[in-house]
Amino acid sequence: MERIEAIKKITETLEDELVICNIGFPSRELYAVKDSTTHFYMLGSMGMASSIGLGLALSQKRKVVVFDGDGSILMNMGTLVTIFSQNPGNFILVVLDNQCYGSTGSQCTYTTDVDLHKIAKSVGFKNTFVFDEIIDFKQVLDAKGPIFVHMKVKAGNADVPVIDMEPEEIKERFMREIMKI
Amino acid sequence: MESSEAVYNALKNAGIDFVVSLPCVNLGKVMELVDCDDDIIHVPVTREEEGFGICAGAFFGGKNPAILMQNSGLGNSVNVLASLYELYKIPILMIMSHRGTEGEFMSAQVPMGNATPRVLDALNIAYINPKTPEEALKVIPEAWLLSKTAQAPIGILLEIPFWK
Repeated sequence: MERIEAIKKITETLEDELVICNIGFPSRELYAVKDSTTHFYMLGSMGMASSIGLGLALSQKRKVVVFDGDGSILMNMGTLVTIFSQNPGNFILVVLDNQCYGSTGSQCTYTTDVDLHKIAKSVGFKNTFVFDEIIDFKQVLDAKGPIFVHMKVKAGNADVPVIDMEPEEIKERFMREIMKI
Repeated sequence: MESSEAVYNALKNAGIDFVVSLPCVNLGKVMELVDCDDDIIHVPVTREEEGFGICAGAFFGGKNPAILMQNSGLGNSVNVLASLYELYKIPILMIMSHRGTEGEFMSAQVPMGNATPRVLDALNIAYINPKTPEEALKVIPEAWLLSKTAQAPIGILLEIPFWK
C-alpha cells in the first residue's frame, strides 16, 4: 500500500483524537488528504514526533495518535522505552515503515534487516498490531494504550504540495483545539 | 537555605507542573523532591533531546514544563531547540547543572562546560546563572514568566560553587 493511502484509511477512522505527524512528506500527505484542527504538523526536529505525542498524552485525557516513520523511530529509539514505562493508556504510535528515508531520496534504513514490531514487543508493548495490505484501525482504537502499530508501506512520496501554514499558526490552532472543552 | 531545596521551591513558586529529567550528581536531590511531589508529573528520559520533545507535547497539553539536566544534555539537544522550540515559539524552563566550571575535578567535563554559554548564545537562548540559593529562589520564577511571555526557552545555569 502507498503511504498516503495508509494515512487516508487511518485518518478516516479518527474522530476527536489528536494527531502528531512526522516531518517531511508524511505531514504533507496528511495535510493533502485531510486537514483538521486536531492535527499538528511537525516541520523540523526529526525523531521527535513520538516524544511530542507522549508528552501530550501524559498531559491531557484525549487520545493521541502519532504518525511516525522508520527512520525517525530509529533516530529516537529510547523513546520506546520511555513510552512503555510511562504507560499512557491514551497513546497510539503508528510507525509508517517504508524501509527508507523517503523525504531525502529513499536511502535504505536498517528496517530492511530489523523488525520494528519485534523490538516493540521485546520492550514490553502489550498491544501491538501489524498491518500490510489491510488496515483495521477501529480495532486499534478499541484497544488499551500504549499501542504500537507497525504499518508497512511502499517507498515513495505522493505528489502533494508543501504545507501553506506558518509554524506558529499550526501550533496555535492545535492548542486552541486542545483547550476547547 | 540549601541549594536543592531552593531550586525545588523555585520550581513550585513558578508553577512548574511537568518535569523531565536526566540525572546529574548535583541534581539528585532536586529530582527526588520533584518525584515525591504528586502535583508534578515527572518523566525520567533516556536522552535530553527526547525530554525536549516530551515537554513540547506537555506544553501543548496545557502544562508548564521544565527540564532538569546536566549541561552536556544541551549538546544532545541543539537541533530540537532550533527546529522545534524556536520554529514554533515554545517556552520551557531549562535547569542545568553547569559542570566544567570553577572547582571541576573531572577534565572530561571542561570542553562542554566551556562551550555551554556559547551554544546557548548561538541558539539565542537567554540564560541566568544565580550564584546563591536565595538568588535562585528569586530568579527562577521570574525566568519562567519571561519564557512564557517571550514564547522561548530560558536557561538557568547552576555552576559547581552553587551546589557547595
